[in-house]
Amino acid sequence: MRKGMLYLAALVVVSYSVAPLVWQFLTSLKMDYELTRIPPLLPEAPSLAHYIAIFKGRMFLRIIANSALVASCTTILALAVGSLCSFGLAKLEIRYKALILGFVLSISMFPPIATVSPLYLVIRAMSLRDTWLALVITYTTFSLPLSIWILTSFFRELPDEIYRASRVDGCTVFQSFVRIVLPLAAPGFFATAILVFIFSWNEFLYALTFTSTEASRTIPVAIALFPGLYEIPWGEIAAASVIVTAPLVVLVLVFQRRIIEGLTGGAVKG
Amino acid sequence: MAAIRLENVQKMFGNVTVIRGMDLSIHDGEFFTFVGPSGCGKSTILNVLAGLESVSSGAVYFDDVPVTDLSPRERDVAMVFQSYALYPHMTVYDNMAFPLRMRKYERSRIEAEVTRAASMLGLAELLERKPRELSGGQRQRVALGRALVRSPKVFLMDEPLSNLDARLRLETRGELKRLHKQLGTTTVYVTHDQAEALSLSDRIAVLDRGDIRQVGTPREVYSDPANTFVAGFMGSPSMNFIAAVVRRREPLTVECNGLILSPAVKRTPEEEHVLIGVRPEDISISKRVNGEGIAVSVLLVEPAGPFHWADVAWGPAVLRGMAEAQEELAPGDWAHMAFHPDEALIFEAASGLRV
Repeated sequence: MRKGMLYLAALVVVSYSVAPLVWQFLTSLKMDYELTRIPPLLPEAPSLAHYIAIFKGRMFLRIIANSALVASCTTILALAVGSLCSFGLAKLEIRYKALILGFVLSISMFPPIATVSPLYLVIRAMSLRDTWLALVITYTTFSLPLSIWILTSFFRELPDEIYRASRVDGCTVFQSFVRIVLPLAAPGFFATAILVFIFSWNEFLYALTFTSTEASRTIPVAIALFPGLYEIPWGEIAAASVIVTAPLVVLVLVFQRRIIEGLTGGAVKG
Repeated sequence: MAAIRLENVQKMFGNVTVIRGMDLSIHDGEFFTFVGPSGCGKSTILNVLAGLESVSSGAVYFDDVPVTDLSPRERDVAMVFQSYALYPHMTVYDNMAFPLRMRKYERSRIEAEVTRAASMLGLAELLERKPRELSGGQRQRVALGRALVRSPKVFLMDEPLSNLDARLRLETRGELKRLHKQLGTTTVYVTHDQAEALSLSDRIAVLDRGDIRQVGTPREVYSDPANTFVAGFMGSPSMNFIAAVVRRREPLTVECNGLILSPAVKRTPEEEHVLIGVRPEDISISKRVNGEGIAVSVLLVEPAGPFHWADVAWGPAVLRGMAEAQEELAPGDWAHMAFHPDEALIFEAASGLRV
C-alpha cells in the first residue's frame, strides 16, 4: 500500500515535469494546421518539416556550435578554477575558510537583471561585445560559487587520512590533488560539470544582451528571436527546443552512472 | 633508519596547546610508543613527525639533521593510519607501488619491491583486488605493505590495530613485533591501549594533555611509575589508590584506615597526605584468614576465567583485588584482603608525584 502511494507520487511528479517536454515534442511533429487545435492530441501525420525548416535560412548549426563551445569552455574553466579553490578550502590549512565560502556565495546572490547593465559596460569597454568569450567569462563568474560550494562539500567528505597518506607517500599537494583527491571526488566533479553545463547552455539574459549577430548567438536567444514580424512559428520553436534539449538528456544519462558509482568503497574501514 | 630528536616542540591549534614544550630522543631502530587517553596529543605528535602538521615552535631532527621545515615527501617516512587510508580507486598492487612511483623508481624495481613486501605479508594472492574487496585484516596488511615497501627511515603508526577485532588484533600485534625485529627500522607507534604499548615497545612515553608524564621501558612505566597518572593509566584493571596520612617521616610511616605501613620510598614526601597505590593483581581477596588479613566487605565479583576480580570496601576506600576462581564470593560477604607492603607505591596526594 505504502509502495503503491510512493509510485503514485513518483508518477505525478514525473508527469508534471515531463509533460511540457512531451507536449513540445508532439508539437514539433505536427503540421502547422494542427498546431492550435485539440483534438488531435497526437499528430495525424508526423512530419519532420519543422526540423528541416529551422536549418533553412539561418545559421542554426553555427548557433548550436556557439552554445556548445560557450557551455564547454565555461564548464572546463569553472571546474578547473573551482576544483582547485575547493580543494584548498576543503583540505588545506587556510584561515577564514567560512568567510571565504560566504563571500564566494554572496556573488551568486545578485539577480542577473541587476548586474547585466554594468556588466554590459564592462564587456563593451573590453571590446568583447558580440564574442563568445564575453559569455564564457560571465558564465564562469556566475557558476563558480555553485561549483565551489558543491565541490568543497564533496572534497570534505573524502577522509583526511587518504589525503595525508598520499602526502606521506611522496605526493606534492598538487600531485595529491590530481592523483588521489580528484579521482575519488569524480562523482561530485561530474555532477558539478553537468550543472554548470546546463546553466550555460540555457542562460538567456546575458546571452541576449551581449550578442548582436547570429554568428555569436546561443540557442535560447536564437529561439527567442525566431518569431517573425507577422507570425510566431510554434512548430519550429518546438523543433528547435527538442534539438537543444536532446544533448542535455544524453549528457545526464551518460554521466549519471559515473555519479552514482560508489567510488569510495573500501577506502577506510566501512 | 634514523634516530629522532624533538627539541622543545610546541603545537597549538588556535589558543589550545596540544603539545607543550616536548623534548625527546628516540633511538635508531627503536620501537617507541606514545600512549595516552584520547585528546592527549599523541596523534598530533605523529603528524608533526610526518611533516603533516607544522610545529608552532621547536625543532625536529632525524639523525641530527633538522627536518622541521621539510614536507612529508622530503622526510622519507612511511605512515600507517588508523583507518588504513588505502586508495580505493587503485588495486592492492597499485596501492603498494604508489609510494615507489611517486619517487620515480624504475618499473622493474617497483615490481620487485612490491612482490617482496607482498610475500612478507602474505598478500601475493590479493594484488589484483581493489580495497573494497578485502576484509578488514587484509586492508590493514595492505596499509602495512604500502608503508614498508620502500624501506623508509621511520615508520609512523597511528593506532593501526584499533579497527581490528580482538583476535586479529593480537595476531597482528605479534606480526608487527616480528616485522620490527626483522627490519630493524625505527618505529614510532601511537595507541590508547596500554596493553598494546607494553607488549610491543622498547620504550614508552605516557602522555597526558600534551605533556610527557614518563618515558621508560615497559617494565619501568609499569612497575616504577613516576606519578599517579602513569600508575593509573598503565595496567588493567587500573591501580588502586588509597588515601593515607603521614605519621612519621624518618623512616616513613603512613596510616590508612587504621593500618600502619612503613613502605620503602626513595625520598620523603613533602606533603602530609599521600596515596598508597597497589595493583589489583597484588591484592588477594579470600574468605580464609591468612596472616594479617584486613577485613573487607565484597561489593562486586567479576569472573575473569582463571580467577575473579573482586571489588571490596575497606572503610571508605573501594579497592579491586584478585580472588581465586574456586573462592565462592558473593556481594555482601565479608572477606580478608592481603597485599605485600613492598608492592605498595607511595604518591604525594596533591602533586601526584611518586616518592
